[in-house]
Amino acid sequence: MDLWLKIGTAAILLFMLWRLWPVANHWMKHGPKGTKKDWQTAIIALAAVVGFVILLIMMVR
Amino acid sequence: MENYGQVVRGRESALSTNKVLRNTYTLLSMSLLFSALMAGVSMAVGISQGMALGAMIAAIVLVWFVLPKFENSAGGIAVVFAFTGLMGLSLGPMLSYYLAIPGGGNLVMTALGGTGIIFLGLSGYALTTKKDFSFMGGFLFVGLMVVFGAALLNIFLSIPALSLAVSGGVILLMSGLILFDTSRIVNGGETNYIRATVSLYLNIHNLFVHLLHLLSVFAGGDD
Repeated sequence: MDLWLKIGTAAILLFMLWRLWPVANHWMKHGPKGTKKDWQTAIIALAAVVGFVILLIMMVR
Repeated sequence: MENYGQVVRGRESALSTNKVLRNTYTLLSMSLLFSALMAGVSMAVGISQGMALGAMIAAIVLVWFVLPKFENSAGGIAVVFAFTGLMGLSLGPMLSYYLAIPGGGNLVMTALGGTGIIFLGLSGYALTTKKDFSFMGGFLFVGLMVVFGAALLNIFLSIPALSLAVSGGVILLMSGLILFDTSRIVNGGETNYIRATVSLYLNIHNLFVHLLHLLSVFAGGDD
């Protein structure tokens, strides 16, 4: 990648980090907390995504 | 009498949620089509990587600084189309690169179909269960910061394994954000369909880009 493209992409990422920090901080401090059951539900859904992505990888290999 | 009032308020709330959902999915489908059209234009014209980066910077400026001023008016719809159009334009060089490698067309179509299935599956799950996934907010936003930090490092380090880990992390985080954003619409946490559309569009866009990267690495066409 060209040096200026690297610098531009890095600037975008730095800007995103700067804008995201207060949002992340707010949700960490004031966001609702999930129960063990809530997290289990979310993990099952995300595990299904992981399984599906593995299936896609096997299809293209 | 009090029960009647509660029933009416509950019904009004459900109607309002349905309206936000309908408007969000209508605007999202139209903006995705427009974005795809602009990606096609970008490939046909053959815009450079520098111009693609410029389009992405303009899209970020629109979404962070212009959209908040128009999100409660009809002008917000024009901003959404301008934003998604620019994001589509920025995809041009990347898509041209993948389509030029052997089997690249198959990879792009697999990533596109995979993104559609993941989005429809997770959105459908959040819509039918009506479960509130807002408890994931802290985890998802901190996760995004970690992934952005790793991506920032990898721009200069260029470690293939880290690039793969970033793509895997983004796919998981965007999947979590689809659950989070959809459940916020369903449960009344998000009442503005313009903001909801932009959030879901960004989830789909990032999911597609990183799924394509991951698939191309495992297919042996990228590093």
